Amino acid sequence: MSILAKARIEELEQAWAGLDAPPNYAMLRRPETGLVMVRGRAGGVGSQFNLGEMTVTRCAVRLQDGRVGHAYVAGRDGRRSELAAVFDALLQDAAARPTLERTVVGPLADGHARRKGEIEAKAAATRVDFFTMTRGN
Amino acid sequence: MQGNAIARDDGLLPGFADSVRDSQRCFRAVLDAMSNPGRIVRLTGLPQAPAGLDPATAAVCLSLVDFETALWLPKAMRGGPAESYLRFHCGCPIASDASEAAFALVPGSALPELAAFPIGHDQYPDRSATVVLQVEDIRADGGKRLTGPGIEAEARLAIGGLDDSFWAAQRDNAALYPLGLDFIFTSGRDVAAMPRTTRVGD
Repeated sequence: MSILAKARIEELEQAWAGLDAPPNYAMLRRPETGLVMVRGRAGGVGSQFNLGEMTVTRCAVRLQDGRVGHAYVAGRDGRRSELAAVFDALLQDAAARPTLERTVVGPLADGHARRKGEIEAKAAATRVDFFTMTRGN
Repeated sequence: MQGNAIARDDGLLPGFADSVRDSQRCFRAVLDAMSNPGRIVRLTGLPQAPAGLDPATAAVCLSLVDFETALWLPKAMRGGPAESYLRFHCGCPIASDASEAAFALVPGSALPELAAFPIGHDQYPDRSATVVLQVEDIRADGGKRLTGPGIEAEARLAIGGLDDSFWAAQRDNAALYPLGLDFIFTSGRDVAAMPRTTRVGD
């Protein structure tokens, strides 16, 4: 789901167009955009605080065979949440899952890893190593 | 690509087609019914309802109930399609005890102990439950005579499939004013309402 939620709309549309048999589905919950409060803990262990709100679009669909898919994606793109939800539903079919993992999830994960790598490379180019006195901890 | 409604019996059906406008329209209709006790308002833009709920009942719940309002359901509806439908669309907690309910969904033919629902406090009379009664039919001719705020002279309301003990309960309820329960009747596509201020005659 994380991979589907982070995928770009073009990638999802491409994966959708690449399906052999695009399923029929009904919307249980049309894409709707709202805010969610992101919470954090300092260092992952401190007390909880509100980091800020982010825009999220969610959607729920039901395939004709009854499987239900949900998606929560960052941003305001309704179609993106819709497609992510459809793939979520499709991936619940144990028989179809290995094929979909290979043809859909794999490429999406690669795309995400590539983008992440690019950002990291850009960041690494401006990296500065600080040498400081050892602090007490 | 989008298929038509897919009928299922586990209650996961699409809600309002246009959730914002349809729920506002339904809210306005309930407001109209509540401010004119005894007036029967026909709803439009109804959602698909799961087994056990009339479309009007589903619409009222989808419009009014949310994650901040606990909903009480009778035993017969617990764990069934109605519960999963309401949990999914309203995101509401299900009240385990009647005293925690902000809303209650009740079949008119099998009334629970109405006195168990919260009637509010003197400082906060609004912290009371609103009871949605699903009944067989609602007619404006014959039946009980209603008087009180929102009714110019008197209104008539006949409710089919409603336990007779309700009318005595509403007399007791009206006597609690400013505390007390408010009732919404739903049947098919219709709603009518009876706030705590309405007095019932014969």
